[in-house]
Amino acid sequence: MPIYSDKVMEHFMSPHNVGDIEGADGIGEEGNPVCGDMMTFYIKVKDNRLEDVKFKTFGCGAAIAVSSMVSDMAIGKTLDEAMEITPGKVAKELEGLPKNKLHCSNLGAQALHKAIDDYRSKQKGKGGGKK
Amino acid sequence: MRKVYLDNAATTPVLPEVRQTMLPYLDELFGNPSSLHDWGDAAREALAASRNQVARLIGATGNDVTFTSCGTESNNLAVKGLALARQKKGKHLVVSAIEHFSVMHSARTLEKMGFELSLVPVDKYGAVDPAEVRRRLRPDTVLVSIMMANNEVGTLQPIKEIGRITKEHEIVFHTDAVAAAGQLEISVDDLGVDALSLAGNQLYGPKGGAALWVRKGVRILPQLDGGIQEEGRRPGTENIAAIVGLGKAAELAKDNLADRAKQMSRLRNRLLKELPPRLGHTDVTGHPTNRLPGNASFVTHFIEGEAMLMLLNSKGIAVSSGSACTSRALKASHVLSAMEVADELAQGSIVFSLGIDTNDDDIDYVLEMMPPVVERLRQMSPLYAKYVK
Repeated sequence: MPIYSDKVMEHFMSPHNVGDIEGADGIGEEGNPVCGDMMTFYIKVKDNRLEDVKFKTFGCGAAIAVSSMVSDMAIGKTLDEAMEITPGKVAKELEGLPKNKLHCSNLGAQALHKAIDDYRSKQKGKGGGKK
Repeated sequence: MRKVYLDNAATTPVLPEVRQTMLPYLDELFGNPSSLHDWGDAAREALAASRNQVARLIGATGNDVTFTSCGTESNNLAVKGLALARQKKGKHLVVSAIEHFSVMHSARTLEKMGFELSLVPVDKYGAVDPAEVRRRLRPDTVLVSIMMANNEVGTLQPIKEIGRITKEHEIVFHTDAVAAAGQLEISVDDLGVDALSLAGNQLYGPKGGAALWVRKGVRILPQLDGGIQEEGRRPGTENIAAIVGLGKAAELAKDNLADRAKQMSRLRNRLLKELPPRLGHTDVTGHPTNRLPGNASFVTHFIEGEAMLMLLNSKGIAVSSGSACTSRALKASHVLSAMEVADELAQGSIVFSLGIDTNDDDIDYVLEMMPPVVERLRQMSPLYAKYVK
């Protein structure tokens, strides 16, 4: 029996939204290579919505599938909606993750949230944000 | 799709001749060797023949071979059984930092029972320095256990030199030869060891048949309580079919050892030499030359081993990795750590273990399929992006 669900394999074998965004509105990094997984998320924001999300991931099959799934779930959502994406919801959409990988590989949502925080703090710096 | 199995360190296939030899013992020759009738006689005869075949592979005599169920059991019996039989003399053990978990964790268990444990470090190639073993010996040292060859990085250990030291100090010396048996010439007298573990499923025999050889006169405490099977050293009804398979596999290994090793070494050298330049940012792990004929292991920068393993699997290639993500415990290989490979780099571990059927076409296929796999993961890797910048 393979350790990963069909959905995880699908996203691992052909991940969506791999890459970076030139002049991204926000960048978030989570994890570190020493413990095995590291993800960087790039977001483009328009009218308070995630117009585009891209990622780069160093890590195992689960980490890559998680990143791909998070990017799919986030695109088109408002920032507040995207902040509600949780590791639990991501794991559910992926039809489950192996128990021992639930935490270490499931950092995509946090990386995305960091990118949104990054965007928001930049907006504050600009004094009010763009309309 | 082409299938290339290069994970023989996990387990080897069972040779057809081995399987054939086993079949009657799953059929009409089902007897229990402890029985005194014809059925028992036939099983007893098979046991004795297998014992001699295994003994011949390691230059020993049959009477000193104890059959077990797997390499892990052999190592548990050796480490715990030899140490506990000597605890009145002392409670100090010496093992290397790169032992298989079945030795390492047995030693840790003894530690909890009041033994003291000294770990011998390795150099950057994963080799133990015999002088480092000597430095750790104490008057109360009762056991030294150092593996013959490391299963992950392939490095051969200076067993003969260590054997001279333990003999001089009259300390019992065990070697885990699970990875080595069938790939290296072994003579227990020449090596100067007192106990040696091997397993059938690493040498084209079945799972379930393994052995521990213990030099005549060396006391060992059984780790199972029961009857007098295996001279009381390993009670329990013998797994005759698996033991017969192990015996046949050992015989075939002995008869073909030089040819097998020559062929595997040549193909291994192709991988060691040709793969790194094709991939770039890839280092050989383990000793460049003094290594198991079948082992070619590497670390690749910027990417992770499990992802590589899975993509190679999708191309029909079976390999293994010492990365944290590949292990259930999510810890990077203790062998690579002991060799002081940085944790980040250990994540990029990939291990090819060749078999006796591996051929040039298999190696060509790996050399062809590997670069796009690595390239694809690098394009995804934030570490590579940082490096390129």
